[in-house]
Amino acid sequence: MTDRHDYHVDGTPPETPANDTAAGPWSTTTVVGTRQPRVDAYERLSGAAIYPHDVSLPGMLHGAILRCPHAHARVLSIDTTEAERMPGVRAIITGKSPGTDIPWYENGGAFSGKLFDEICRHEGDEVAVVAAETPHQAVDATRAIKVRYEELPFVIDHTAALESGAPAIHEGGNVVGEPRVRARGDIAAGFAEADVIVERTYRTECQIHATMEPHGSVARWDGNRLTVWDSTQGVFSVQANLARVLAMPLSNVRVIGHYMGGGFGSKLETGKYTVYAAILARMTARPVKLFLPREDCMTSTGNRPANTMTVKIGARSDGSLTAIEYRSLGSCGAYADGAGTGALPTYLYQVANVHVVDTTVYTNAGKARAMRAPGVPQAAWALEQAMDELAAELEMDPLELRLKNIPTTLQVEHNPPFTSPELRACLETGSEAFGWTESFAREPGDGHLKRGVGLAAGMWFYAGGPPSTVVVKLFADGSANVNMGASDIGCGTKTWAAMIVAEELGVPLDRITVEHADTATTQYATPSGGSKTVPSDSPAVLAAARSVKLQLLSFAADQLEVPVDDLSYVDFEIGSRSDSSKRIPVPKIERLGRRGVVLGTGYRDPNPEDTVTFPFCAQFCEVEVNTRTGELRILRFLGAHDSGRVLNRLTFDNQVFGGMAMGIGLGVTEERVLDRQTGKMVNANFHDYKIPTMLDVSASHDCLPIDHPDNAFNSTGAKGLGEPATIPTAAAVGNAVARALGVRITDAPLTPRRILEAISASSSRDNARGSRDAAASRKSDLRSAEADFDVRRESRGEEAPGGVPSRRPSRKEA
Amino acid sequence: MAKKKPVHQTSESGVTRRGFLGSVGAGAAAVAAGVSSRAEAVPEITDPADMVGIALTINGQIHRLLVEPRWTLLFVLRERLGITGTKAGCERGECGSCTVLIDNRPRYACLTLAVEAEGTEITTVEGLLEGEELGDVQRAFAEHDAFQCGYCTPGQIMAAEGLLRSNPSPSPAEIRSGMSGNLCRCAAYQHIVNAVADVADRRKRGGGS
Repeated sequence: MTDRHDYHVDGTPPETPANDTAAGPWSTTTVVGTRQPRVDAYERLSGAAIYPHDVSLPGMLHGAILRCPHAHARVLSIDTTEAERMPGVRAIITGKSPGTDIPWYENGGAFSGKLFDEICRHEGDEVAVVAAETPHQAVDATRAIKVRYEELPFVIDHTAALESGAPAIHEGGNVVGEPRVRARGDIAAGFAEADVIVERTYRTECQIHATMEPHGSVARWDGNRLTVWDSTQGVFSVQANLARVLAMPLSNVRVIGHYMGGGFGSKLETGKYTVYAAILARMTARPVKLFLPREDCMTSTGNRPANTMTVKIGARSDGSLTAIEYRSLGSCGAYADGAGTGALPTYLYQVANVHVVDTTVYTNAGKARAMRAPGVPQAAWALEQAMDELAAELEMDPLELRLKNIPTTLQVEHNPPFTSPELRACLETGSEAFGWTESFAREPGDGHLKRGVGLAAGMWFYAGGPPSTVVVKLFADGSANVNMGASDIGCGTKTWAAMIVAEELGVPLDRITVEHADTATTQYATPSGGSKTVPSDSPAVLAAARSVKLQLLSFAADQLEVPVDDLSYVDFEIGSRSDSSKRIPVPKIERLGRRGVVLGTGYRDPNPEDTVTFPFCAQFCEVEVNTRTGELRILRFLGAHDSGRVLNRLTFDNQVFGGMAMGIGLGVTEERVLDRQTGKMVNANFHDYKIPTMLDVSASHDCLPIDHPDNAFNSTGAKGLGEPATIPTAAAVGNAVARALGVRITDAPLTPRRILEAISASSSRDNARGSRDAAASRKSDLRSAEADFDVRRESRGEEAPGGVPSRRPSRKEA
Repeated sequence: MAKKKPVHQTSESGVTRRGFLGSVGAGAAAVAAGVSSRAEAVPEITDPADMVGIALTINGQIHRLLVEPRWTLLFVLRERLGITGTKAGCERGECGSCTVLIDNRPRYACLTLAVEAEGTEITTVEGLLEGEELGDVQRAFAEHDAFQCGYCTPGQIMAAEGLLRSNPSPSPAEIRSGMSGNLCRCAAYQHIVNAVADVADRRKRGGGS
């Protein structure tokens, strides 16, 4: 999965023209790398920013979608007669409406669904769409549409989907494509060499993106030109998809996405809702706004698949790995996508013999979409906990085990070297700052509150590249404008772009504006996903600024009558190195004034050949587990992140802390629950689907950038960050909980119930052992915790069986 | 649900539909008021199509308009008055994106009917501006980078303002607890805590906002 992302629009080999002059790396910086508040902070904080959901146009209608309430059903008939006569209703479309027979859900060049499908393959598949004068009228009308369904047998569990006799969701069975195999060396020989082997099966649950701004669009036609305001991560990809399905020239489709309220991958795909809005707007000759209610966002706008992963690792007694065997099963939901997790176990550690198999199956549930490092946090949950188990078997510090197996090349044919192999730096500097060795040596504690520390490492398998084009304009007064197509999905894209221009040209930050994310007025960029916006677009910004600078130097050389190579550009002034009397502030350059504007175009140069660039990371945390209640508190988290050069330290920290929170969601709080009886999602809301709140995240956060510019990779030396920030988090928590409890819990999320069950199961085993061998004192507190779970079994103040002092009365008893 | 006498007859489907809509409106109102009785038990039912004239005081300005009784304050702010700083995240009282101050207390605008809000002082994120400049909470959010995509942020800012109005010196634990009704998927939480603590500190030193 991680190797096949549609971060390019159509899979054609990316290319941008060569720059006239190579923009070399900075030796020192004064703006880049500092902590800068965002250039669009005023708009976002004052309420002035217009998000797509805020767009309101004269005469605008509101859309609402009628969705299938069943997990699997055939639509037999749709009667819209009554709905059409309701107040305010202006148009209704179904699969029978002209222009709606459109293939949908593209994956690898093939389509697995339609804009409206006669077969609804999950709860939430679209059946009809209404446009009405008010949103209330539109919803009222969807309720008045009469649909007859033939309910079909369904399957929602990825293991059950493989069983013989499981309902087939598409022709040809429930396996999507062929299982993907990554292999090298001889796996049997590798395990034969091993002194120690661990093997275990891990599971993660389905996680929903849950962006705060719902998915949706506003569409308006002006003659044969379509303008769409979309809450998207990539305006150019939405433009391309709309042009395809509406059979229009790209130039007639304008997509605007200046602000957007969160994506995390779910807004990389073009939504059906965007096409519905466009069709309804054309039918009614009115603008149409169509935003999804929260419940629909939960069921039908993507997710990180649940995965079952079996990992087997062999190592010699010195800790060097000899073999990794890994099998992963996951579901992409009802339409084709990838649910693979196999990249991390294949490449994170140096190991000669690997056999990794990824199987993706269909189930009757909402389709998966790329979600913040697709596949990798799940793989880390399995691999990084297995590494800790292996360390325990080897009686090694888990940190030492990892440091023993650091790769410096990508372990594929020819072994291309990493341009910046910083995994070791992440582990070493992170562990030192965290105080790993001392913390790991501490005992969990004697009371019912057990403490433990955990660490996990990660790498991310994408680093961006061409195409990207950026234009920088310097106006006669010395103010500047950056024109770039990338979306700022909350990562501070506009701010680092302005910082690069400020660094290069000396223009103060408050005199730089950024135009972005508009297919009609800004330069081409690929969608903001894959942690590739910084590494793809920042070199193009630098090249554009460098182009402006070279023109200014040439103008100044003429004006000052000195050769160009005698000139230096310092701050916002150009002067002669040999004659200090010859100097001129940039806004005083005559030809800048005569032209009105100096325009520089920058392109993203190709990535270097025969090398590979990935970001690396390691995270460390300390947790406290209440063995009586099963509650888990995260006391501190430290992220050591190698993302090349840090562009803006303030937003860098924020990104790392945010990634940790999403990882805590995967590891501790979040779980899509589908009802086994009906196949419907029972927690399709923020009350029951628990994204972390301020009380669930770590009480204290540290961010430790490695900050080694990767100048071999691109001119700014910057790599991506957003996805690495969430990759090791859940696994680090899992390792810390295992350390605290002495019990490993294999299934995420680590809910209080699951923690108590694990404690209970473990102490039952201890009790069984205890009958043979009375010395089980270390586990005695766990026994008392189990008893605590069922307070009726124990009277207050009684001495616990293992000789532990009487516990304090719990609040309930006091 | 067809027991209720229809408020109006209409030529096409008439009684059933109007009655249906009426009871839906009443049911929603009953739930909003925390009453669990069935819709039929409510004696007087306002037809949702009957517009009601109200006056809302928003950021010190009075807005007079006609509303359907089922319209929320959130809908009226955003779709009728164009005051879009207040965001719609879930429209079911769970995410906090629509938090506004009603008489100085943070309230979810999506769970407040517009008709209920009459006679109160409503403050939105736009109302915290000092002229055209950011107010102190907004400035602190900028300086501490207490947001990412910015969509939940107006709600976070109003929750912070409300917290500080009732508790001018919150501890970090009180900030976390007081702000925990506002979700942020980007999870700028750490920076939000820093920003709120900073504002409290500055207000204390500056003798108020």
